Amino acid sequence: MALTNEQIKNKLIEKFGDTITDFQEPYGLLSFRSAKENNLKVLQFLYDDATLHFQFLTDITAVHYPENKGNELAVVYHLHNLIDNVRLRFTIFTSIEQPDVFTATKLFSSANWMERETYDFFGVNFVGHPNLKRILNVEEMNYFPMRKEFPMEDQTRSDKDDEMFGRGGSII
Amino acid sequence: MQELKQNINLPEGSIEKQTSTLNLGPTHPATHGVMQNILELDGERIVSSEQTIGYIHRAFEKIAERRPLYQITPLTDRLNYCSSPINNMGWHLTCEKLLRVKTPKRVDYLRVIIMELARISDHLICNSIVAVDAGAFTGFVYVMQYRELIYEIYEEICGSRLTTNIGRIGGFERNFTATAFTKLEKFLREYPKVLKEFEGLCNRNRIFMDRLINTGGISAERALNYGFTGPNLRATGVDYDVRVHTPYSSYEDFDFIVPVGKTGDNYDRFLVRGEEMWQSLSIIEQAYRKVQEFKGADAEIFHADIPEYYLPEKEEVYTKMEALIWHFKIIMGETDIPKGEVYNSVEGANGELGFYLVSDGGRTPYRLHFRRPCFVYYQAYSELTKGAMLSDAIITMSSLNLIAGELDA
Repeated sequence: MALTNEQIKNKLIEKFGDTITDFQEPYGLLSFRSAKENNLKVLQFLYDDATLHFQFLTDITAVHYPENKGNELAVVYHLHNLIDNVRLRFTIFTSIEQPDVFTATKLFSSANWMERETYDFFGVNFVGHPNLKRILNVEEMNYFPMRKEFPMEDQTRSDKDDEMFGRGGSII
Repeated sequence: MQELKQNINLPEGSIEKQTSTLNLGPTHPATHGVMQNILELDGERIVSSEQTIGYIHRAFEKIAERRPLYQITPLTDRLNYCSSPINNMGWHLTCEKLLRVKTPKRVDYLRVIIMELARISDHLICNSIVAVDAGAFTGFVYVMQYRELIYEIYEEICGSRLTTNIGRIGGFERNFTATAFTKLEKFLREYPKVLKEFEGLCNRNRIFMDRLINTGGISAERALNYGFTGPNLRATGVDYDVRVHTPYSSYEDFDFIVPVGKTGDNYDRFLVRGEEMWQSLSIIEQAYRKVQEFKGADAEIFHADIPEYYLPEKEEVYTKMEALIWHFKIIMGETDIPKGEVYNSVEGANGELGFYLVSDGGRTPYRLHFRRPCFVYYQAYSELTKGAMLSDAIITMSSLNLIAGELDA
């Protein structure tokens, strides 16, 4: 009997009550959010439960929503149950002033670099991570480049002499 | 003759055993990519190691936030550049999932042909590089001719070889030419013999087996915990393959075996890749047969009918009003993409390549994240090589199929 999204949803509600909210199924993928303090408990429950078996961590990443005051950063987990072949997406929100989130490295070895990458680009502080330092960017960097306050350069800016690079100057 | 006087008089046990530190990389011929390994060596044995990556980080995820969907395809080329077409198709499939576009069967089959060719060329590189690192250079040079032939097929379809930018959202930019099919037939005819010869050179070679068996092994539990996917996971005995688990591009229409290993060591990884090449060949043959069944007007279909996203042919842009309008709208970025969050993955040549796309309904993605398989499994390298000989660690690195472009995004 294959595991359905409905069953997973009921199991989660039974266990965590109303701390888990916002159940959705965009494009057939069950997604929900939980309070950020509960992230490890939810992951552990999904991992340990005898019917759920969400034991494969596909991905961890973050998204920055600057307008979402108090909950600017979303940390997104993609989990996979390889036995029943069901995936789910699990999101927690944290404020940008205090982006402390518990690490999942105890549960998944793969979370190590994924969390380092998320820290590197978004500054999410994974509490308890064994080696939380930058991974793709240089260590001297003092900002988190994937946040929305760092827009890509405006292609139409004119205050810069870029003639040799095909922008501005007298040709156009 | 004057007697040599030994002045060094040290009490016993006062010399501590020391380990030496070796920087393997960032640019070392044996790392096959720009990555650094700081190894702590006791003689030739690795005590511990630390990986430094990110030397060729190009901020694709950030760049993608300013680009409309069709301009992101060239970025995906540069992830795993040994099998760019798979990345391209993975990206198109992600967009099509978001846009809820259904592609015609012929497009699916043509895509399967291209993706499996890419898989063969990727595995071919990986396996022959393993052989090079074990000391057998001949095989590598020999099989390269057939990677060349695969590249010629790409060239015939999209005009480029390595960073292909092949296909469009909804299909291909043009129909396959007769030359493309002739070259494909040549490949199908000649390649099995070459692969057999390559296997004859390596598979049961005593030296090769001794170098690969029981080196760089990992158990299935650890591999899953480390997020292994693709051939590296299958070498441990787990039969997880995205093509079978979540079929995309009509993979459910094909009959193929998912080869698995047992011990997850270098030799099993090598054999799994070898067998996957045979399976890919069989898939290409099946797909080609299916493509040939399309006759008349059906044989001219090479894209879905979605004028909002599929760039019209250039000739039509110059001669037809409607095509000109769509061309203008797409190029000037007047077509918004629907709001939504989508995760889509394909079986890349080295594992599950995932695209997590968040759209806020604008012209460009709000956030795009690539789940790069080798970024996820490279973190196991330190565990894989602990206590191993340095020369075995080199083979382990190449048999993991690390591609620096994908590692660093």
